Amino acid sequence: MADIDVGGDSGHKKGPGVKKAKKLSTRVDMTPMVDLGFLLITFFIFTATMSTPNTMRLTMPKDEKDPKDLTEVKESAALTIMLGKGNQVYYYMGQIKPDGSNFTSTNFKDIRKVIQDKKAEVMRNHYHDAGCEKIWAKNGGDQNSCKDKDFVVIIKPNEEATYKNSIDMLDEMAINYVQRFALIDITPDENMLVKATEQRNNVQ
Amino acid sequence: MPSVKIVRKSTWTDMTPFVDVAFLILSFFIMATKFKPPQPVDITTPTSVSSSKLKEQDAVLVELDKTGRVFFTVNTLKGGDNETKASVIRGVNQVRNLGLTDKEINAYVRNTTVGVPFSKLKSFLNLPDAERVKAFEGIPVTDSANNELTTWIASAVMAFQGKKLNFMIKGDNNAKFPAFKGIIEALRKNDQFKYQLITDPEGVPVGTDLYKRIQEGKNENES
Repeated sequence: MADIDVGGDSGHKKGPGVKKAKKLSTRVDMTPMVDLGFLLITFFIFTATMSTPNTMRLTMPKDEKDPKDLTEVKESAALTIMLGKGNQVYYYMGQIKPDGSNFTSTNFKDIRKVIQDKKAEVMRNHYHDAGCEKIWAKNGGDQNSCKDKDFVVIIKPNEEATYKNSIDMLDEMAINYVQRFALIDITPDENMLVKATEQRNNVQ
Repeated sequence: MPSVKIVRKSTWTDMTPFVDVAFLILSFFIMATKFKPPQPVDITTPTSVSSSKLKEQDAVLVELDKTGRVFFTVNTLKGGDNETKASVIRGVNQVRNLGLTDKEINAYVRNTTVGVPFSKLKSFLNLPDAERVKAFEGIPVTDSANNELTTWIASAVMAFQGKKLNFMIKGDNNAKFPAFKGIIEALRKNDQFKYQLITDPEGVPVGTDLYKRIQEGKNENES
């Protein structure tokens, strides 16, 4: 099967009357074996899970009933990111202005720069206080480790944001090494702004 | 003029090295393969830079598919700790007054993936394993007044008392946020605040803070 009989030296006659001892070829046709081998390889490739999935740790805060237990955030160090449909991202710094003029729309590619810039800004404006020593001690005396302690990112996905968007944003926190972030519900006002922007930009 | 004699060569090729390679690759795949566990539904997970490995034992797996259906599975140690699984379903049975028989409890222990509301749990457990997939309609989570996942998690926490229980959330890329929020709410109501989100690995972007930390060899996210 793997070879074609070209009729080369098969008719080698020794002479009349000489009985030829029938020599059996030791060549084994390997083709079916190769077929089977590759069939199995294909099967194993298709069923294989090569990369084991990883896990991303997420820690959520406890519901605090008492207002004085709530964490306070410095307005100058807060970045609020909202997630809408169509992989769109919206953000504002500090508090939202009543006219919504600091509400900016962006996308997943550019939000990293925004986070990095804001983090750098917070670290530049860092004001040294007593809490810093504790953080230094925890990080083996690294004096830079306390500079970003005020920086807080608030992530607010609306009801049309996908799970992937939320995870990508949490991942962005890990990528930019944001130590404090919160995943909370969007307020109706913010959601209205998101919806209005989506309509204006014709986001599908 | 002598005619040019064409030398006829045999087309026979030696297949042996070919076979060698084929079987070498084959044995590699047999060794390296871990079979995909049977999945109720197809879920494509998002990617993340996280590098911690998945621990599947003594864990509760909450799955979220792209249409927002939620499934709940209890994984115990390899070999199966049936008593723990049984106490999960018994707890649910008691709290919700479902009136499950021993046969139905055994049916649950055999395959702990559940994806139906409590009202349909009894008939769901009487189905053969193969037909359960068709009956999946998801555990209701988006209604905060009747988040049935809360009961499941409460029961699992009770059953795993004294052991460390991991909560794994596996969501599909296209699932919407409210369902994810419903899952987190259900966990938070049971005072569980640490979860592991199952993701596919992805490279750390060059130049970012995390990248620098890894270069300096001080990334505490590893483990």
